[in-house]
Amino acid sequence: MARNYIFVCGGIGCRAMESEQLKKNLQREVILRGLSDEVQVVTTGCFGFCEKGPLVKILPDNTFYVQVTPEDAGELVYQHFIKKQKLERLLYIHPETQQRVTEARDMDFYKKQFRIALRNCGIIDPENIEEYIARDGYAALAKCLTEMTPESVIDTVKKSGLRGRGGGGFSTGLKWEITRRSPGDEKYVVCNADEGDPGAFMDRSLLEGDPHSIIEAMIICGYSIGADKGLVYIRAEYPLAIKRLQKALQQAEEAGLLGKNILGINFNFSIDIRLGAGAFVCGEETALIHSMEGCRGEPTYKPPFPSVEGYMGKPTNVNNVETFANIPVIINKGADWFSNIGTEKSKGTKVFALAGKINNVGLIEVPMGTTLREIVFDIGGGIKDGKKFKAVQTGGPSGGCLGEQFLDTPIDYDNLIEAGSMMGSGGMIVLDEDDCMVSIAKFYLEFTLHESCGKCAPCRIGNKRLHEMLEKITKGKGEKDDLKKLKALATVIKETSLCGLGQTSPNPVLSTMQNFYDEYKAHVYEKTCPAKQCKDLITFSIIEENCTGCTLCLRNCPVEAITGEKGKVHEIHQDVCIRCGICFSKCKFDAIFVE
Amino acid sequence: MKRIKSVKDLNKIKEKTTVSSHVVPGSLNDDPVIVKVAMATCGIASGAKDTYDYFVEELKRRNVNAIVCQTGCMSYCYAEPTVEVTMPGEEPVVFGYVNTAKVQEIIDRYIIGHELVDGIIPASYKTV
Repeated sequence: MARNYIFVCGGIGCRAMESEQLKKNLQREVILRGLSDEVQVVTTGCFGFCEKGPLVKILPDNTFYVQVTPEDAGELVYQHFIKKQKLERLLYIHPETQQRVTEARDMDFYKKQFRIALRNCGIIDPENIEEYIARDGYAALAKCLTEMTPESVIDTVKKSGLRGRGGGGFSTGLKWEITRRSPGDEKYVVCNADEGDPGAFMDRSLLEGDPHSIIEAMIICGYSIGADKGLVYIRAEYPLAIKRLQKALQQAEEAGLLGKNILGINFNFSIDIRLGAGAFVCGEETALIHSMEGCRGEPTYKPPFPSVEGYMGKPTNVNNVETFANIPVIINKGADWFSNIGTEKSKGTKVFALAGKINNVGLIEVPMGTTLREIVFDIGGGIKDGKKFKAVQTGGPSGGCLGEQFLDTPIDYDNLIEAGSMMGSGGMIVLDEDDCMVSIAKFYLEFTLHESCGKCAPCRIGNKRLHEMLEKITKGKGEKDDLKKLKALATVIKETSLCGLGQTSPNPVLSTMQNFYDEYKAHVYEKTCPAKQCKDLITFSIIEENCTGCTLCLRNCPVEAITGEKGKVHEIHQDVCIRCGICFSKCKFDAIFVE
Repeated sequence: MKRIKSVKDLNKIKEKTTVSSHVVPGSLNDDPVIVKVAMATCGIASGAKDTYDYFVEELKRRNVNAIVCQTGCMSYCYAEPTVEVTMPGEEPVVFGYVNTAKVQEIIDRYIIGHELVDGIIPASYKTV
């Protein structure tokens, strides 16, 4: 059995810098030095510190070497395993202290991700209440019920600085306080699990991985606002999340953590599940409440806010899944502990579903104030296929696209709004040079167009017209005034729509216009698509010098738009070509040209 | 399950339950190997159920003292199915892209052979 391990990062970023060759060299050195029985070289996944790659970690002494080239292999093995000294020059230099870091634990990149909401996901069995309890589960509830008054619980949540994780960013403690103060013989706690942004799956992962944390937080909320009934509104498209939540509810009831006289205290609380049919607008709290009441899922004007007049006309506290997931930790660790994490006005961490053109697609949780650059290039492992970064879409259909100039902006609620996007629920889609920003805006608008409930005219008609304009522009039929009109209409929709859906629906258009105006201009004035995506604005042709006449494109063309004999230069017939791009991706000789 | 009537009852459960990551290094040799398979919707869609079944079957066939259990998302979506293996008295190790062939390799070389295999996903986060 090998006693020492050399971990070589096999993440895409490190592999691009010859980490595979490095591994081979290390293996060879290990054999040459006669260390095969003691040292094993292992390839790992991405460490999430790509800027300093290729990375090498040595176990069990936990040494971390950065920017190791294949040529370093010999010296590294000799120095570390024969001379048994750390190879100083390859150790990481801490940017603040300027000291060389010898212990992997002291490397600051480990602090890039900090899991509060996701603390149990992937660690406990979500269908086993005892494992949750073993990880401090229900300890916060016990603390609230036995040591704290409802007022002091609210005070703690308020002081922690926790803001709504569904996107709006309203102070959670303040919401609880308003609901507590609102007069009503009956009050409700509602968990909004109607996650609908394209590319977002934070809430699903939380409910599937740690359902008890949501239940515990809802009971705590009920205790502090004076409610004895909780409702989880979850979309029927999440069958596994529903199943695990149901099982968790049943276990909590059997254990007496839900029901009457919880933990021997004179306090009752029960939770029911309400299934939604998957309408995006039902994530808006008033529409959500109407849907739960059995009415049409349509929003109503606020005020009155649900905290005053909500479900069945009673004071109702609506919080998002992730917001709830933070509560038990805040109670256990205290408001000060929580408010030390994050930025001045945005406390704690945020879970993001990182997707799109990125190497390490995944669920991440980072302290507020982390920059987009750290998320995309370190944690995310950089852009797929070595392409160039173009933008990050945050906030789903309500958010916007942030380009390169925002890479170093610390992410928090206020900075994102200032940049023309928003936090949203946490979907983060990374776009590369091949993405056309006008088409992206059109895609999100298409989504809101389908999901608009139709109640108010600006959203119902305005978005339709907005979409038509974008359609026209991407087809190369844009006119001189269209960009002006686009902006004017988008602004009107934003200002006059009834609910959050309509008020934010033009954001993708406005933010791409703000940050990528050149692309709009190219579409309208030059009738070209810089990203070469808009089918009506591009043509495929064959570069004669490169074409070998291999017939691969010809055989793959679905509409037989390519002709030519074997061994001779082929030709693409523009009148037949549907611009699907298959020939471009199939050609092995770079002989297809797009313009 | 017994009803939890007081904070004392709650603490009793807390003390007697262990989660794989809580296994104290240096515990007894006859402790089981713990295999956790990430089984959120996305993991299952990538084949985590087959991975889970195959682990159960193979470990049983080879008479390995092990517990195989499910857990939620380990959040390495790019490397599903993901599996965490905890050898008695050692730190948990997470493996990515664990199809049945990889299960075979993990059992042969890591669980039985006590040497690490390629495809480890390094933990890059801290938690509370």
